[in-house]
Amino acid sequence: MSDLPPEVQSWIGQVRYEEESSFEIERGYIFTSNASVENGNPLYWDDAVAQELTGGPVAPLSMLSVWFRPHHWKPDREKTRMPYQIHFDLKAALDLPEAIMTDNELVFGVPVRPGDKLFARQSLASVSPLKRTKLGTGRFWAIEVVYSNQRGEMVAEESITGYGYRRDA
Amino acid sequence: MAAPGSTRLVADQVKVGDALPELAYDVSATTVVLGALASRDWRPMHHDYDFAVNRNGVRNIFLNTPNQALWFERYVTDWTGPRGRIGRVKFKMMDSVFPGDRMVFRGVVSGVDTDAAGCCWASLDVSLRVGDKTMTTCAVRVAIPSHREDNPWKRAGADWRP
Repeated sequence: MSDLPPEVQSWIGQVRYEEESSFEIERGYIFTSNASVENGNPLYWDDAVAQELTGGPVAPLSMLSVWFRPHHWKPDREKTRMPYQIHFDLKAALDLPEAIMTDNELVFGVPVRPGDKLFARQSLASVSPLKRTKLGTGRFWAIEVVYSNQRGEMVAEESITGYGYRRDA
Repeated sequence: MAAPGSTRLVADQVKVGDALPELAYDVSATTVVLGALASRDWRPMHHDYDFAVNRNGVRNIFLNTPNQALWFERYVTDWTGPRGRIGRVKFKMMDSVFPGDRMVFRGVVSGVDTDAAGCCWASLDVSLRVGDKTMTTCAVRVAIPSHREDNPWKRAGADWRP
């Protein structure tokens, strides 16, 4: 018998959020992201190489979550939605004030290109029983996200494991 | 490590047990904050020392997950060159990376195979270490050219099986 609140139990296996990328994929963030890790791959800096190899500019594969992070502030929104919103829903529903991400798996499909619009569907795969770690006492949870582009092509499938916890007194 | 644009790895140059060139990088507060903002991660533990220490209970601000993923991607494609196309990445974070840490990436080829569509794959075990401690491990499956004219980026549909 699960010790999870019924509300949380009901989320498991369900698509909980469907969202669009915050804006069309653009090269400014691609350059800034590559600069942040000093990635000199000519795919991202030399349009002739990008054209020859991939048919035009592409974004680094690992930037997927970047496109879905909401603006820190927006005039028509009272409350800032968080990326991986299920992660934050679980923190609130399970009264676990702290949380970290522990595992992340990504399987990549078609490349992401400037001008693309992306879509993501988040679902909750599982929540563990209470576990004690060096950080405190809490639960591990697995979130799955499927990303697609404006043509309905699969861009990536992502599995994320989070650990929500309360620090031990 | 060779400049990325000069690398043109092909499958017959790769065998199980090969070690990738090591990459070392000294992390500063700028590394952490730049990585967080580049990934549009506004959460305070990646830029606010007081929040990280007194709220999260860690010793400083720390690298966020998406930026670590970008470091791993850069490390792998530095080795493959631009024709390398990552199909699958799985990473596990055991501990955080803080300003003042010298992170060292190491990788080894754990498998080489060709799938039913004819795509050549290298499987890599990559680690991010600080001192003697492994902070993050990363298993990567990356498509590499089977010969000098092959280009994994041209694969689509049933020919792309990550």
